[in-house]
Amino acid sequence: MSDTYREMWRELNMDLEKHDVFLGTLPVAFGEVFLRQENRPAGMAYFDNALAEAHGGRIQEILAGKKAGRMVAGTFCVFAPEELIFAVDGISIGLCGGAQFTVPTGEQVLPRNLCPLIKSAMGFKLDRICPYFQAVDFLIGETTCDGKKKTWEILNEYVPTYVMELPQKKGTADLTLWEGEIHRLKEEIEHRSGREITADRLASGIKMANARRDALARLYRARWADPVPISGKDALLISQLAFFDDPERFTAQVNSLCDELEDRIARGEGVARKGAPRILVTGTPMALPYWKLHHLVETSGAVIVGEETCTGTRYFAGRVAEDGRTVEEQVKDLARRLTAINCACFTPNKERVEDILRLVRDARADGVIYFSLQFCQPFGVEGRLVERALQEAGVPVLRLESDYSEEDVAQLKTRIEAFLEMIAS
Amino acid sequence: MLVVGIDVGSTSAKAVLFDGRIKVYAIQPTGWSPREAGAEVLAEILDKAGLSRREVANIVGTGYGRVALNFIDQAVTEITCQARGINYLTGKAGTIIDIGGQDTKVITVNEQGKVVDFVMNDKCAAGTGRFLEVMATAMGMDVDELGSLPENVNPVNISSMCTVFAESEVISLLAGGVAREEIVAGLHRAVARRVKSMLKNTAPATVVFTGGGAKNEGLRRALAAELGVEVMVPAEPQITGALGAAIIAWEGNGGAVAHN
Ligand code: SF4
Ligand code: SF4
Repeated sequence: MSDTYREMWRELNMDLEKHDVFLGTLPVAFGEVFLRQENRPAGMAYFDNALAEAHGGRIQEILAGKKAGRMVAGTFCVFAPEELIFAVDGISIGLCGGAQFTVPTGEQVLPRNLCPLIKSAMGFKLDRICPYFQAVDFLIGETTCDGKKKTWEILNEYVPTYVMELPQKKGTADLTLWEGEIHRLKEEIEHRSGREITADRLASGIKMANARRDALARLYRARWADPVPISGKDALLISQLAFFDDPERFTAQVNSLCDELEDRIARGEGVARKGAPRILVTGTPMALPYWKLHHLVETSGAVIVGEETCTGTRYFAGRVAEDGRTVEEQVKDLARRLTAINCACFTPNKERVEDILRLVRDARADGVIYFSLQFCQPFGVEGRLVERALQEAGVPVLRLESDYSEEDVAQLKTRIEAFLEMIAS
Repeated sequence: MLVVGIDVGSTSAKAVLFDGRIKVYAIQPTGWSPREAGAEVLAEILDKAGLSRREVANIVGTGYGRVALNFIDQAVTEITCQARGINYLTGKAGTIIDIGGQDTKVITVNEQGKVVDFVMNDKCAAGTGRFLEVMATAMGMDVDELGSLPENVNPVNISSMCTVFAESEVISLLAGGVAREEIVAGLHRAVARRVKSMLKNTAPATVVFTGGGAKNEGLRRALAAELGVEVMVPAEPQITGALGAAIIAWEGNGGAVAHN
C-alpha cells in the first residue's frame, strides 16, 4: 500500500493497525470469489479496480473534492434523495456495512440481536477503519426499521446524523409527509453546502441519478438472457459499488459493460452453460463486502439472474420525472419514488410480491431464494406472505436466514444444493 | 452390478453396498476427518463383502462430509438422498423427520420419492441431536441412555429451546430435586414441539423418523404425541441417507429399483 494512502488514512484519524488487518483479509476473499470465475466480461476490470481503490484512489478523489468545497454526505437507504446532494455538486456515499469484521465492535453499543448490517456499519465507525465514515460531513438516516431508527440516536454521538421521517404507508397523507421531509432535507443541504438548490441544478441532479438508474436497469435486463452473459456475483459487485463510485463515471462504465454484454447475448455467449438453473434472490440488502450467498449459489452450478433487494432492483426502481419546471414540482416528483419502491418497512407491501413474480417471469428464474439477514424483522416477517404467494404461483422458493459469519456455510450449501436438486428433478 | 452410497454426517459415517437390494452396510464414528471416515467405512463394507473397490461401478456421497470425499463419483445432498432412501423403503409419499448430530430436517416427499419441500434448522442448535447431547452431559448421562428411561412420567416444562439457557434450566431443575426421567421427557417434548413448528401447519399423514435421533424411543413417542400421528422408525434409521445415495448411484448407472 502506498505511503500517500497511509498518510491520508492517518489524516482521516483512522486506526491504521486495525485497518491493515481488515484490508489484509480482502484480497484473498476477492480472489477466491471473483477472479476464479470463468469467462468474465472484460468490462469487469474497471469494477475490480474500483473495489481495489475503494480505500485508496476513490478516497483521494473525495478528499480532493472536499478541499475544493464539495459537501460529502453519507446515506443508508435507497430512499435518500441523492438528487439533492448532486444538485449542490455534493458527494453521496452509501454506507451500509457488510463485514463480519466490525460486528463485534458494533455489539459493544448495540444489542446483539440486531441485524448484522446495522451492527457492521456501527462497528466501522467505532473501529475507525472506514475512510468513508471518516470523510463524511454528515449522515442522512431514515426512520425505516426500528433497528436503524434507534441506531441514528447513538451514531449521532460520533458523526452528525440527520434523520428523515420515512412514512410506513403509501397513502396521500404519507406522500405529503415525505414531500415535506424532502423540502426539509433540501434546506439542510443548502445550509451545509452554502449553495442554493435551484430548479436547474436539481434538474441536473435528477438526470444524473436517472442515468445511473437506467444503466443499472439495462445491466439487469442483460441478465435475462440464457446463457447469462454475466454472473450474479459480478452484477452484485457492480450494484454495491454504485453506492461509492462517482456517479457519472460509474454510469458510463456500466453502459460500456452493457455494450459488451449485449454483444455476448447476440453471439449466444455466457458465463454459465445454456439451461443452467436460474435463481432470483429476494430479501435484505447485501452490502459490500458481503458475497456469501451469491458465491455459494454460483459454486453449486446455478446462476443468479437478479436480486429484488436494495442492492439490486429496488436501488434503481422509481425513475424520477424529468419535466418538473419548479423546485416544488421536482420535489413532488422525488417524493413519488416512495410509491415505486417496495420495501418490507412498509405496510401493506403487496406490490413487492408482484415485483418478484414479474422478475421471475422476465428473468426466467427456475426458483427464488428468499434471503433475510438474521434478526431483520421486516423481511423476516414478510417472508411468510411472499413464500405463500410464490408457492401459489408454482414458483419453488427456499428461505434462508444468515449473517455475515462463515460458521453456517456448510449448512447453507446443503440447503442450496438440495433446493437445486429439487428444482432439477 | 454393485454400487455404494456413503453418508458422512457430523457424528457418524455410514455406507451401504447395493446390488438391487441392501447387500451390506456399516456405521462408524466420523471422528476428526470426514474424508478418512468415509474411506474407512467404504473399506469396511468392501471387506465384509469380500470385494475390491474396482468391482464397484458407482459411488455417491452425501452428508455434510460429502464435499471432502475425493473418491466418489457424485455428491448429492442428504435431503435428496433421505427422500430416495425412505421412498424405497416405504413406497409412499410422506414426511421425513431426520434428527442428526447438528441438523434437524423435515422433508416432504411425493410418491416418486422426489423432494417437494424441506426445512432445516439454521445456525441454532435448538431441536438437534446436539441439543440433547448437551442436556445429557449436563445430567451426567450418555445421550444413548435418554431413550431408555421409563415411559409413564409427567414431562416437566422446559421453557427455553436455546441450548445455552436450557442447559442451565436443566441444572437448576436437577438441583431442585426434579426426577431425571421427568426432565428427559420434558426435553423430548421440547424437541418434538420444535420439530412441529418446522412443519409449517401442515399435518403430515405418514411420518418416518430417521437419523441418529430416531434411535431414541422416548423422542419417537414424544413426536407421535405432539404430531398426533404414528411415527415410524426404519429398522436401521441411521443408514437411510446412505441407502438413498446408493439408489441414486444405482439408477445413475441405468439400474431400476423395485420397492423393498
Ligand atoms: S436488513 Fe432489516 S433490520 Fe437490517 S437495516 Fe435492513 S430492514 Fe433493518
Ligand atoms: S445461543 Fe441459543 S438461540 Fe442462540 S444460536 Fe445457540 S442455541 Fe440458538
